[in-house]
Amino acid sequence: MQYGVDERGYYGKFGGAYIPEMLYPNIEELRENYLDIIAEPGFQEEFQMLLRDYVGRPTPLYFAKRLSDKYGASIYLKREDLCHTGAHKVNNTIGQIILAKKLGKKRIIAETGAGQHGVATATVCALMGLPCTVYMGAVDMERQKPNVERMRILGAEVKPAESGSKTLKDATNEAMRAWINNPTDTHYIIGSVVGPHPYPDMVARFQSVISEEIRWQLKEKEGRETPDYVVACVGGGSNAAGAFYHFLNEENVRLVNVEADGMGFSTGKSAATSILGKEGVLHGSRTLLMQTEDGQVVEPYSISAGLDYPGIGPMHAHLFDTKRADFYSVTDEEAMKACVEVSRFEGIIPAIETGHAFGALPKMELKSSDVVVINLSGRGDKDLATYIKWGGY
Amino acid sequence: MNRLDQVFENNPEGNLLNVYFTAGYPKLRDTRTILHALEKAGTDIVEIGMPYSDPMADGPTIQQSNDVAIGNGMTIHTLFDQLQGMREHVSLPIVLMGYINPVMQFGLEKFCQKCQEVGIDGLILPDLPMAEYLDIHKPTFEKYGLYNVFLITPQTSEARIREIDENTHGFIYMVSSASITGAKGSITEGQVAYFNRVNAMGLRNPRLIGFGISNHETFSTACQYAKGAIIGSAFINLVRESHDLEKDITEYIHAVKGR
Ligand SMILES: Cc1ncc(COP(=O)(O)O)c(C=O)c1O
Repeated sequence: MQYGVDERGYYGKFGGAYIPEMLYPNIEELRENYLDIIAEPGFQEEFQMLLRDYVGRPTPLYFAKRLSDKYGASIYLKREDLCHTGAHKVNNTIGQIILAKKLGKKRIIAETGAGQHGVATATVCALMGLPCTVYMGAVDMERQKPNVERMRILGAEVKPAESGSKTLKDATNEAMRAWINNPTDTHYIIGSVVGPHPYPDMVARFQSVISEEIRWQLKEKEGRETPDYVVACVGGGSNAAGAFYHFLNEENVRLVNVEADGMGFSTGKSAATSILGKEGVLHGSRTLLMQTEDGQVVEPYSISAGLDYPGIGPMHAHLFDTKRADFYSVTDEEAMKACVEVSRFEGIIPAIETGHAFGALPKMELKSSDVVVINLSGRGDKDLATYIKWGGY
Repeated sequence: MNRLDQVFENNPEGNLLNVYFTAGYPKLRDTRTILHALEKAGTDIVEIGMPYSDPMADGPTIQQSNDVAIGNGMTIHTLFDQLQGMREHVSLPIVLMGYINPVMQFGLEKFCQKCQEVGIDGLILPDLPMAEYLDIHKPTFEKYGLYNVFLITPQTSEARIREIDENTHGFIYMVSSASITGAKGSITEGQVAYFNRVNAMGLRNPRLIGFGISNHETFSTACQYAKGAIIGSAFINLVRESHDLEKDITEYIHAVKGR
């Protein structure tokens, strides 16, 4: 079984590039060049240098003793929360901005939901001195004010997406439209393993540093390169893709995707795509998405804005379809409880997105010999207002 | 003979006006009223838009008409119900335009079959990749007598335009500028250079120019460089404001065509 992308841009039956002709030249330019550029020694040198000296990689793989005792297994945390800007998102934006420069692009656009990817994009644009426009749903701009201001401090322009439901999916549409209107000088830095081929593969490659490090770090600590489980939360699926990447073909490693279940999938207020989604086309790729019987995209709900997306990346749809990955769904309440538990047991306040990954622990049947790696995708600073509003600590 | 071929054959001098409108907008039951008014007023081709929640290539005007139409309850099922029997009254060529996801959910073969049943001549599905059309769907389109219309833009390479010309039937939709729908303004020198470049290629398909066409002036300029032009957003704005669809549509079409 092949879990990576094939040469046509598909993961099994998912993926592809379902784009209007106006985007075809942009996507073709990327598709024809991304592998060659990434393989250039010059690219790799700059990428590795920035990951080390600017992002702060390698991030630690930390043995979480008290959580391990509680859940009766060896639990390791991959500390992506210690990356510059506070989440894994920056691994991808560093890679894409170097690529954009090599393609001769002069402007950057991006979409953002919670603002984490927007901040990571604004950050690398400041680093490289490129103008940056971030599209953000008008509703999300209201919900995530501190991140809007962070982007502005970094010099980015934040443009409200006023169409549709005014959230992440609409911000993505607006970014695509902006790209149609600026086809030659602009690069679109997409924030997850979604969108038309080659984006899902390109973003997964930039995030794959996570599992590359896990392998040698685990070898040092446990004398083995492969854990029994790798657990990650999935919005679009970029932190999960990075954490799974170098384990995809190791069938003895169980890959665990954790989705946001909001108020519960039967309430109509959920983002659990593997349960509620059907095959279709979203933002240029064939994948699983939440939609009505008539094929209109349904607005998801989650307490965590970073998981509030109506689809999952095509690679994850394929992992689901082939049963290569297990999917768990974790409600708002379960995620918030897990967030507080991690804070109290390990002294780490996680992003609420990441809290969902921890929320799967009580649902997994773990043995004392199991080695579990949880991808701690981000820190909770950005979520303080939500923690305070929830209040259950 | 496909009505699209017929209309180009019957009008060798061109000046063809193709009008886009969103099904179920402004009111759910306006689809047929608008269609009949367009035919009576002398429109040459009609493009009926199937509304979608996430129309990636469309500007605010068409986005908003899509949202309203969906809110009105418009679906592909409803559209086919509304179009049932329309060929007793309407003889102009009709193209359905929409994004691929709703069509996929309806079922592509069933969709094509229904199109033939109600008398549709062609489809514009901008996010259906050409490779997938050729590998999988082409025989289905042909079985039900449907032409697939592809788009080109100022950025489309010559090789790609030739590939599109080979696989398009009816006409090529020549997007006037690098933009989403609804862009305004007059036709620039850069655009004229692009129209001339494409015209010099000796393509087998006629072209219609769309995006940014709104009135008699832009329409007649576009007609100098192609067999005709397509009006979308400007027409949506007209029907949104209209209190008498039949009268306003007739006046508008006559004005655009310069009658
Ligand atoms: C900390 C954190 N984790 C996870 C996600 C979800 O994105 P993805 O599924 O692409 O990793 C986000 C998105 O904003 C995030 O900020």
